[in-house]
Amino acid sequence: MFHKEKSIQIKNSASALYNNLSVLRIAPRKLTYFTVVHANVVNMVSASWDGLNYSHRQLQSKEPNVATSTSLIMQASFCVLPSRELLVVTSQKGIQMYESDGSIMVYWHALDTPETPTAQAVFARGISAVWDNYICVGVSSGSILVFDIPSKGSNITLSEVLEEHKEPITDMASECSGSQECIADMVSADDGGNLCLWKAGEEFHLLNKIPGFDMTCSSVKLWKGTVAAGYGTGQIRLYEAVTGILHVEINAHARWINSLDIAPFSGLLLSAAEDSLVRVWHMSLTPETNSVEVAHLHNECVTDTQICGARFCDDDGYAFAVTGYDLSEIIRYTQT
Amino acid sequence: MSTCALPLLFINLGGEMLYILEQRLQNTPADGTDKVLNDIVGTLFSKAFLDELFKPQQLYSHRTMKTVLSRLAQGSIMRLNPASMDRLYELIVMTLKYQVILCSAQRDLLLISYNHLDSTKRLVQDTPGVLNQVHEAHRRVIEAYTRLPPGELQLLRQTLLNFCEDFHIRVSLFLKSQIQNPNGRFVLATSGPVPQGVEVPGLIRVFDCRGREVQRCEFPTGGDYISPTREGSFDLYGDRVLRLGLNISVSPEETHTSNTKVTTPTPVFLAKEELNLLSRLMGTLKSESETGSRPGPEKSFRISLFPSDQEVDEDVAAASELAQILGQFTEKQEKQESESETKGAELLALMDELE
Repeated sequence: MFHKEKSIQIKNSASALYNNLSVLRIAPRKLTYFTVVHANVVNMVSASWDGLNYSHRQLQSKEPNVATSTSLIMQASFCVLPSRELLVVTSQKGIQMYESDGSIMVYWHALDTPETPTAQAVFARGISAVWDNYICVGVSSGSILVFDIPSKGSNITLSEVLEEHKEPITDMASECSGSQECIADMVSADDGGNLCLWKAGEEFHLLNKIPGFDMTCSSVKLWKGTVAAGYGTGQIRLYEAVTGILHVEINAHARWINSLDIAPFSGLLLSAAEDSLVRVWHMSLTPETNSVEVAHLHNECVTDTQICGARFCDDDGYAFAVTGYDLSEIIRYTQT
Repeated sequence: MSTCALPLLFINLGGEMLYILEQRLQNTPADGTDKVLNDIVGTLFSKAFLDELFKPQQLYSHRTMKTVLSRLAQGSIMRLNPASMDRLYELIVMTLKYQVILCSAQRDLLLISYNHLDSTKRLVQDTPGVLNQVHEAHRRVIEAYTRLPPGELQLLRQTLLNFCEDFHIRVSLFLKSQIQNPNGRFVLATSGPVPQGVEVPGLIRVFDCRGREVQRCEFPTGGDYISPTREGSFDLYGDRVLRLGLNISVSPEETHTSNTKVTTPTPVFLAKEELNLLSRLMGTLKSESETGSRPGPEKSFRISLFPSDQEVDEDVAAASELAQILGQFTEKQEKQESESETKGAELLALMDELE
């Protein structure tokens, strides 16, 4: 179903983090951007679709105008809004937002870090563009920062802080189907496996809370009102967002799941874990009977590699890319 | 990343270092070996040292870790040459990397640490004072880590993994045991028991609105997994079940010494040949007394843990690869130097007071 393409070599290896790959397709310029986090650096590659041109850039996590301060990065993710695309980088010190090509930093938000470190580590993790003009970022305290993003320029402001989770945020996602009928706009997940469903607006509204089972939900996606959640137990669960009904439970992987992704046009679901396996599934929803079905389609084994990032490269799921801990390449697969 | 990883890093790296030193010192006079090991353990597990380690903080840089471990190893009457220390450090980091990668459940990280602590206790079992210190450290680790939720343990594991990132040194023992590939990467099996709390993959279950299962089907996993084995003990004493963290080179095959000279085209550490060389060196070493640095009539000795300079020259590929790897770290470290050097400096000052 899928075959391996030529890998893209990157300057550094991928660090062991959740969701350690982000992909942005720039159709007008026939380019795809990839970002992979290594320690305190984001490695960015711009790949032309004809496979002939690759250009690399590295972004460091640092406060503006402070030469020596760098901190470890937890996640880097492209955020697509109707008017603009930004690259958001979250670290132990704060949140940076760049233009999507990484050329200019447009915003810096410092986290409240204590003077002397505490047993509870402080960091930002979990990034999602929501609706027309919001970017939400999670924090290790469980808070979610909601930033209001203007259609251009750097006048980005902190609009709201959502205090519902009590454990570190792991991942967040917005409804990706494009459908206007969906009630829930965003899902957030934490270290205890708790999931919160939100309605976006000037004030975000909590629609539902799905309790966890004391196991980290490391990656989460929202599609057509269905939450797809990947856990440290290797399980994937599909919940109905607004009611919290568990539709499907898959014993998908033998180790911790590090990344999930959905191709919104086709309903393909991608899961990747520390067991070296990437799996492709197909989700189908039947609104009339309120049922969800999942079929397993394909496996890829990345030999001797704990996978830490996996993303579809397009909305149809025609191609996907994978990163692994300590691996200095982005491995790509395309449908045959 | 995690602010609680430093104690585990020291216990595990220190534990591996003790395994190697114990083996290498087998041909020194017995009281010399005991003294060295007791001194090292006594310092590493002193209350003041542990107090410093257990403060919430980021991990030290590689340069700082190597300096502190080197000072630990240099304690008492033993002296190591810098080349030996470099190689020792790389070997113990690769061993730690192997253990952390292979541990399938995040709680296994604790069992690995307990294996190291159990082995350390056996090393110093004839010195009650030092043994008590290790017991105390073990209790501290149990208190600090056993109640951590899975997400925090996984963050700890990720922190240690990222500490070991980009080390790809091939170790002859690992290559021979087929746990490491010639490209430096460790072998990850897609078979065997799943960790505790994980279901064997292969099942899709569908539920209705009332939570009743309405359908189940299987899918091909591409692997060969079985149910979990029993979990090890997290108490002060007990069967850890997990073998990661035990001395990896202690096996009937490894104790066999061989006189054949082995030449290698790729960078490899030759564990058996090193032991042979060391036995020959130790037999001819005369003890020297250091002038000025140490009071009293104690005898001290120098050891070189790894191949002599002549053999290093022959292994040009090894040297350049090591230099490249070290170069990468120097680059990385320079950026984090100011922060981690102050942290490491406090620990080093502490060790000065303890000597």
